Amino acid sequence: MLSRVADSIYWMARYVERAENLARFIDVTMNMQLDQSVAPQNGWEPLVLTTGDSEYFQEHYEAINAENVVQFLAFDRDYPNSILSSLGIARENARTVREAISSEAWEQLNSFYHHVKGAANTPMSPDQLTDFFQTVKEYSHLFHGIVDATMTRNKGWHFANLGRLLERADKTSRLIDVKYFLLLPHLQDVGTTIDDLQWSYLLRSVSGFEMYRKRFHSISIHRVAEFLILDDQFPRAIRFCIDNADWSLHQISGTPVGTFKNSAEQQMGRLKAKLAFTDVDDIIDNGMHEFIDGFQVDANSVSKAIFETFFALRPVEAMQEQRQFQYS
Amino acid sequence: MAVPYTFDGYETEGFFDELFYESGQPRGGGQLLVDKINSLPEGVLKQRQEAIDRALMRMGITFAVYGDSEGTEKIFPFDIIPRIINTLEWNHIEAGLKQRIRALNKFINDIYHKQEIINDGKIPREILEKATSYRKQCHGLNPPRGIWCHITGTDLIRHSDGAIYVLEDNLRCPSGVSYVLQNRLVMKRSFPQVFAASQVRPVTDYPSRLYETLTSLAPDHIREPTVVVLTPGIYNSAYYEHSFLAQQMGVELVQGSDLVVKDGHVFMRTTDGFHRVDVIYRRIDDDFLDPKAFREDSMLGVPGLMEVYRNGNVALANAPGTGIADDKVIYAYVPEMIRYYLNEEPILPNVPTYVCEREEDRKYVVEHIGELVVKAANEAGGYGMLVGPHSTKEQQQEFVKKVEANPRNYIAQPTLSLSRVPTLVGDHFEGRHVDLRPYILYGKDMWVLPGGLTRVALKKGSLVVNSSQGGGSKDTWVVAQSSELSEQAEEKI
Repeated sequence: MLSRVADSIYWMARYVERAENLARFIDVTMNMQLDQSVAPQNGWEPLVLTTGDSEYFQEHYEAINAENVVQFLAFDRDYPNSILSSLGIARENARTVREAISSEAWEQLNSFYHHVKGAANTPMSPDQLTDFFQTVKEYSHLFHGIVDATMTRNKGWHFANLGRLLERADKTSRLIDVKYFLLLPHLQDVGTTIDDLQWSYLLRSVSGFEMYRKRFHSISIHRVAEFLILDDQFPRAIRFCIDNADWSLHQISGTPVGTFKNSAEQQMGRLKAKLAFTDVDDIIDNGMHEFIDGFQVDANSVSKAIFETFFALRPVEAMQEQRQFQYS
Repeated sequence: MAVPYTFDGYETEGFFDELFYESGQPRGGGQLLVDKINSLPEGVLKQRQEAIDRALMRMGITFAVYGDSEGTEKIFPFDIIPRIINTLEWNHIEAGLKQRIRALNKFINDIYHKQEIINDGKIPREILEKATSYRKQCHGLNPPRGIWCHITGTDLIRHSDGAIYVLEDNLRCPSGVSYVLQNRLVMKRSFPQVFAASQVRPVTDYPSRLYETLTSLAPDHIREPTVVVLTPGIYNSAYYEHSFLAQQMGVELVQGSDLVVKDGHVFMRTTDGFHRVDVIYRRIDDDFLDPKAFREDSMLGVPGLMEVYRNGNVALANAPGTGIADDKVIYAYVPEMIRYYLNEEPILPNVPTYVCEREEDRKYVVEHIGELVVKAANEAGGYGMLVGPHSTKEQQQEFVKKVEANPRNYIAQPTLSLSRVPTLVGDHFEGRHVDLRPYILYGKDMWVLPGGLTRVALKKGSLVVNSSQGGGSKDTWVVAQSSELSEQAEEKI
């Protein structure tokens, strides 16, 4: 597979996943804010903080309120990580690799983009907004479903899988972080009904409430953290994402899982091992926020190594050393 | 009185209409379609046109509206009424195209070798020497199987005399075939019954035929050649087509930066290292192919590509240098080429062409500039052109000066009356002018895609079919003969 094409497929999938997760962030916050008994003072603030782009927000918006944050995260054309911009980038990437993905996948992503672009130009009431974010999730599911149902499990598919799983792991970690940030001023609530409700919102936002219930029944902070971080079965849990991203990475290179031949596999393997050999008590004792921070640093190293290994346009000589010519 | 969404009250208005005789009777092969449309329940045709527009939008067959910051995109307009060509007439067109491509190919090969046609005095040497599309780098090249133009999209028009004329040859990178395939796809959904009954000849095998043509260019010892499509990139207006063809053929779509020349071969950069490329269907103009051989400032091409090509280690389709035959002055000599190389009379005539280089032609052009279409020899897409009857005295004077300053660069042709096809305008049909671009593949054999792209000038009275200037497209049906066909054909041919 062409390096450029692999690069585009990877980012196409990442940006679709990013858009979906932004919709989840907003959706869960809107729901929490509606529930007065649970609502923190300003539930929208952590959402802005978690993007890492508060500066941009302050320059372009005044107050941190529902209207501004929704505009910022969902529809801001100039903010490169809004839902609209993410889908624009996903679609541009897909357009450059139309021949490498299925027509069905391209058409669906194209419709997805037009759907969000249309919504950006339409004023919406709060209930319409809720419906809208629901449709963003559905479109994203449909996209990934179509990719899975129509694409051969070739390198293209594995790069797409890699992209979406790394993005999902990153976003799940940020969601947990947001919840922690919200709780900080309310430590007295830990273990109360309020806390219970908030954690259930968090689980719902990753479509994990029912799956969690089946596994643990009652809500507790340890178990929720264990479920979202360390579960190897739930598809939005960080460990599940990393395990499967590691698998795709090895499918691409043909190296057996558990070994490595390039820096991407090495970094990913280390991260995978870290998640496999830690337990939730360690995480909570050493600080959730610190753990999440550490995870994000590791995940960034993996992304960088993937870029260096597969996508970077190296001069002819450097590539020659790395690989023998392949004649057909 | 016109009945909405039917052909009742449709007028040919004195033009040659592709669907109706002047009497209002459908031409051979069109009866089924006319009956079907006239019998559709009210509103159905409109629904179908809307469904087609939606499908095209969903498939992303769109172009960006230039200068629109919100990224508005539009589909290339498509009209639901197809242009119908009966088999007998099609056979005539097909034979004429094959003859022409054979002669043009021999001409290009001759021009880059012995130049016999010039030495024998059939074409003046100055015309060649002053042709900006002549590529001296191509002299002595021997493309695989001696074929230079593997993919051609010849522009044809029908004049009011009912005859089909060749307007342009387009031997470089003709585009539009993807629209033929997509138009067919959406039309099949709209008129399944008429399709089956009319026995419309299929076009869907174009990508496989193209793939066969391309693989036939690879050196014989390579059993499974790697074919790629080379595109200038996503911002090229034909990008959709490049990716569509690559996808349909199941080959990689590459950009210049994906390819490198090493050890006398061309390779593409993959996630597994380098992979050798044997055949390149390039959709980049000669000038940009290789900065070492052509324009040094080209960022789109592959440095060293021409040398690999010259050594026979990679095939290019079309071969570099074919643009010489697209020169509008050279065009005037194509009938002569057919006689010279094939010893045959041209089956499809040229549009009569005045070559300003010739003194008596020039005199005629200057005197009749208000009636003629004057074209620059090396421009395309409707640029560098004067349409006499639609121009002001000042514009005409300006062109007279240009012609006299540089006669080699200009030709003139009579203003033709393009034939028309009924086209949906609001809730009724009106005639709109069309041209036709069939596609010809030339590998081991020659093959002509049945039909081709019918472009339609959607503006009332307009003769400009280019998509940049308000043009759209129609599906083109080559249909089986009906009982009344033979008589109609006799009258025409």
